[in-house]
Amino acid sequence: MTYITGVGLTSYGKHEGLTSLDLMSKAAELAITDAGLKRAEIDGILCGYSTVSPHIMLATVFAEHFGIRPAYAHAVQVGGATGLAMTMLAHHLVEAGVVKHVLVVGGENRLTGQSRDASIVALAQVGHPDYEVPLGPTIPAYYGLVASRYMHEYGLTEEDLAEFAVLMRAHALTHPGAQFHEPITVADVMASKPVASPLKLLDCCPVSDGGAAFVISREPTNQARVKIRGCAQAHTHQHVTAAPALSELGAEISIAKVKQASGVSIADVRYAAVYDSFTITLAMLLEDLGLAKRGEAAARVRSGYFSRGGEMPLNTHGGLLSYGHCGVGGAMAHLVEAHLQMTGRAGNRQVRDASVALLHGDGGVLSSHVSVFLERVR
Amino acid sequence: MKPADWTTGHEAILYQACSSCGKVQYFRRGFCAACGSTALAEKRASGKGTVYATSIVTRAATAETRAHVPYNVVLVDTEEGFRMMAHGATDLAIGDSVSARFTQFAGRLVPYFERIT
Repeated sequence: MTYITGVGLTSYGKHEGLTSLDLMSKAAELAITDAGLKRAEIDGILCGYSTVSPHIMLATVFAEHFGIRPAYAHAVQVGGATGLAMTMLAHHLVEAGVVKHVLVVGGENRLTGQSRDASIVALAQVGHPDYEVPLGPTIPAYYGLVASRYMHEYGLTEEDLAEFAVLMRAHALTHPGAQFHEPITVADVMASKPVASPLKLLDCCPVSDGGAAFVISREPTNQARVKIRGCAQAHTHQHVTAAPALSELGAEISIAKVKQASGVSIADVRYAAVYDSFTITLAMLLEDLGLAKRGEAAARVRSGYFSRGGEMPLNTHGGLLSYGHCGVGGAMAHLVEAHLQMTGRAGNRQVRDASVALLHGDGGVLSSHVSVFLERVR
Repeated sequence: MKPADWTTGHEAILYQACSSCGKVQYFRRGFCAACGSTALAEKRASGKGTVYATSIVTRAATAETRAHVPYNVVLVDTEEGFRMMAHGATDLAIGDSVSARFTQFAGRLVPYFERIT
């Protein structure tokens, strides 16, 4: 058994003057304090990457900076799936007895540390260097391609996609740390600037500064008893050109594996934390994971099913779309929020029951998938 | 050896066909990604296919690509059985039968698909 014993999250948006290491350190300090541990008790460190400050040994750079001499440390890189991939690895390392307390940390000054153009160029490099990148695609274009096909096959409309942006914004309004605090409507999303059809500006997550961290331990260290029930991954391709059919994507594979391994079913899930880099990402993943029938996720948004007071509260902090996206830390915020909800610490955002949570991350262009079940135990 | 196709400035779309398992692949490598065989034949595609997906880019990230907006990034399922990314006419729709020509984009030669009527 392993437990998430502490979580830490900075606000997302602009953190003028802070480096990636500063943001990682802030989040790490919060997570360790939350777990009731001292730095010296952390014997494992897993960290993500920083596109602003790339380094071949980021985990030891961070460990030295933060003042820890871990028994186990390295970085992990699977794009947007990195946070949950690190969670899975930490779970197995702790369960195997390699270490007692793993600090998982991600943070980046992606907004103020480089230009938006530089971010877009850096991220587009997940495309094939010879066969895709020379065509001038951007990450929104890769997802725009997927969106056009998904809409064609399952009858989604651009208004359907807009519902997800509106929902995430509504959730962000209740979180003081979110990047965006102005309410938006479906009409606002539809009228926002085209980026890569069918995606418009408000269908896309922003670029942010921020940091997130958590501690994964062998035993509970406090009253926050959130157990990792199971984790699974699936990696079907890297490049969108080589992606399988929409019905064979990795989310369906990883959720099937984690359900089988843990004995948890979708009917048990009370809270969902799902990767939402674009509105289409969220729509597809909800349907791939079985949280909505094919083509029906938007209808469930409209009916309030995924709202804070609904049957399946989703990304109650506002998700990547409205809390913000600082790279690796982006999707880690989903786990931090799930943990706060599961331990009754979400304040004005608290949902009625978050006893079992499903978390799902996606990296690349629906390339790498990680599914995780968490359960609160007494 | 570099292929003599559009990725190196030649007006051609090349692919590889495996002599062992018969699979075709578009991303060039020294072996068949399906079975591992190194017995690959290099073939030239007809340039004909069907549109699988489209996305018209209006927000580009570099000065060179911004000069071309809006441009349509498309995925085409070729009649030879592989999928490729290319540019296309902005009025293309999923399912359209298309044929490739070549055009200049940001200082490079790229395949450009148009509808066959």
